[in-house]
Amino acid sequence: MAIYVILALDVLNGISSLFLLCLGLAIIFGMMKIINLAHGEFIMLGAYATVISANAGVNIWIAMLIVAPVFVGIVGLVIERCLIRFLYGRLVDSMLATWGLSLLIIGIITTIYGNTQQGVPTPLGGFSIGSYQSSYYTLFLALMAAVMMAIIYGVMRYTRFGLVARATMQNPAMAATLGVNPARVYMSTFALGAAVTGLAGGLLAPVSGITPVMGGAYVAKAFMTVVGGGAAILSGTLSAASLFGSVNQVGAYFTTPVYGEVIVFTTAIVLIRLLPQGISGRFFKGNL
Amino acid sequence: MDKRLRLALQAAGTVVAIGVIAIMPSVIELFGLMQLTLFAAMSVLALSLAFIWGFGGILSFGQTAFFGLGGYAYAIAAVNFQDSTPAILLAIVVPALFAAILGYFIFFGRISDVYLGVITLTVTLILFNSVNSTSGDAYKIGKALLGGFNGMPAVPTFNMPFDPSTVLSPEQSWWTTAYVLLGVFLLLRLLLALPAGRIIVAVRENEVRASLLGYDPRLVKCLTFILGGAIAGLAGALYVNWGAFVSPTIFSLSLSAEIIIWITVGGLGTLLGPIIGCVVIEYIVAYIGSQQLLNSNLVLGGVLVVFVLLLPKGIFPTARDLVMRLVPQTKPKANGPSVPSAAAPHPAGAE
Repeated sequence: MAIYVILALDVLNGISSLFLLCLGLAIIFGMMKIINLAHGEFIMLGAYATVISANAGVNIWIAMLIVAPVFVGIVGLVIERCLIRFLYGRLVDSMLATWGLSLLIIGIITTIYGNTQQGVPTPLGGFSIGSYQSSYYTLFLALMAAVMMAIIYGVMRYTRFGLVARATMQNPAMAATLGVNPARVYMSTFALGAAVTGLAGGLLAPVSGITPVMGGAYVAKAFMTVVGGGAAILSGTLSAASLFGSVNQVGAYFTTPVYGEVIVFTTAIVLIRLLPQGISGRFFKGNL
Repeated sequence: MDKRLRLALQAAGTVVAIGVIAIMPSVIELFGLMQLTLFAAMSVLALSLAFIWGFGGILSFGQTAFFGLGGYAYAIAAVNFQDSTPAILLAIVVPALFAAILGYFIFFGRISDVYLGVITLTVTLILFNSVNSTSGDAYKIGKALLGGFNGMPAVPTFNMPFDPSTVLSPEQSWWTTAYVLLGVFLLLRLLLALPAGRIIVAVRENEVRASLLGYDPRLVKCLTFILGGAIAGLAGALYVNWGAFVSPTIFSLSLSAEIIIWITVGGLGTLLGPIIGCVVIEYIVAYIGSQQLLNSNLVLGGVLVVFVLLLPKGIFPTARDLVMRLVPQTKPKANGPSVPSAAAPHPAGAE
């Protein structure tokens, strides 16, 4: 019995970390149709910001929840101003440029901090179910995923910024005639997406290995979840993250973690073939 | 420049290339020759993506999947047969078959650009992960131990066709690799000058129009993809022959990124540009590897960003346009758009 509880917790963990990892990419892709291949490196920057400030004596919670998103948000803002704004509407070029950017960020971090970085211990303790151990941090991640979902939903649905952003997403020319500056909306959306990604990096910093190339492990997963989810930011990402997260964990439970990944990648390919518009293009059309 | 002059220039270029390849071993020392052999093998890989991306309009983020499959197919077959002749054939056939299956899946499902990128990227990761986890005695194909992340050491290198006892010397390896590169280049050139090549370019330009003219874009793209896969597989065999070694890093994403960088730097939509880009970038990477100051990711990333933003056409087309502006035009520019494409050692089907 206990093993099933643990498996359920693992599935929950898989879904919530995947959701957190993808949310920032989904915001940027869903709103601006820019594929940010430097997404993994934004996660890595968030993790580095957390670990370095925590090791320098900052409270771990402040480092995770404030330093990481603020830092990566600023980085995103700078990158949008210097690079991304020239590439709107040029999908392939934006993919190439952000891929170049990802290599550049890896190079910079390697040059400054070397190939390894001392991590931080996982906060909160553990508990046991039967003879199995689990950690409260897993539950905290799930909670954070739910909180982030609520915040993004609230901002997009009920604030003026959300209204303007959704209007610009639907029809930039019309929004511009109504007095909105689309360039400014894109800029803040990109920075918001980067900040959310930085937060994900910060939250995952205590439970993952911190290296300059850690982003590579996430970018493909995030990319395929967002594309599999389709254009709707929340419903799409949540449904795709639930599907892939559970397939990954259950697959890993019955085989090995490596084959778990192989199974989830295969699922993604089949899903994209069956639903080329993504899950939300089929089932949650027009939702947020 | 009229057609005949262009053809003459191309023929002259080919003869010069044959000559340069032939005398290379007597001009430079062995280390340089080995490095050039590697560059030539990588250039074949560059050509495979240059063809499917530049002319077929298919941006594959996972061309290394076919490169790696070719490398592994060669290595496994060479260990088993102890003869490189069938192994080279397998290194072409296996990736081509895999490209056929994947291409059928992608193109007949009418999957668009971004999704194509995701699928090719994901397939490469699947292969990387799977091959990486094949360590241990259980993973054996015939006599060949796959070796997981350690790879397969001591793979037999090329021998004379059907004569396993005569192994090629480094010089002969260079000639083989370089002439294969030249051969692939000329074959692709020829293909692009033929009606078949024009159909490929037509599909890239406008799928709807091409299908209204009676061509099936799905089939055309699929065949283009298969040809690209076969060439990448051949490049894999050449690469393994160079190092006598293959490991899962052959499937790595960073190599996929490098191919795309070669083409962006050299010039998309040309065949010569990517070869130039490949040699230049690989030379820079090799040079960076020999010093401590700069990190190769830093340089490669910077180069890619700068080229996408400032020089999106790439070195070769930009240089070609510059040269053509300096050369006095004998004809008035009345032929309009045909002038730039007629300007280079480059048949008309190329643009």
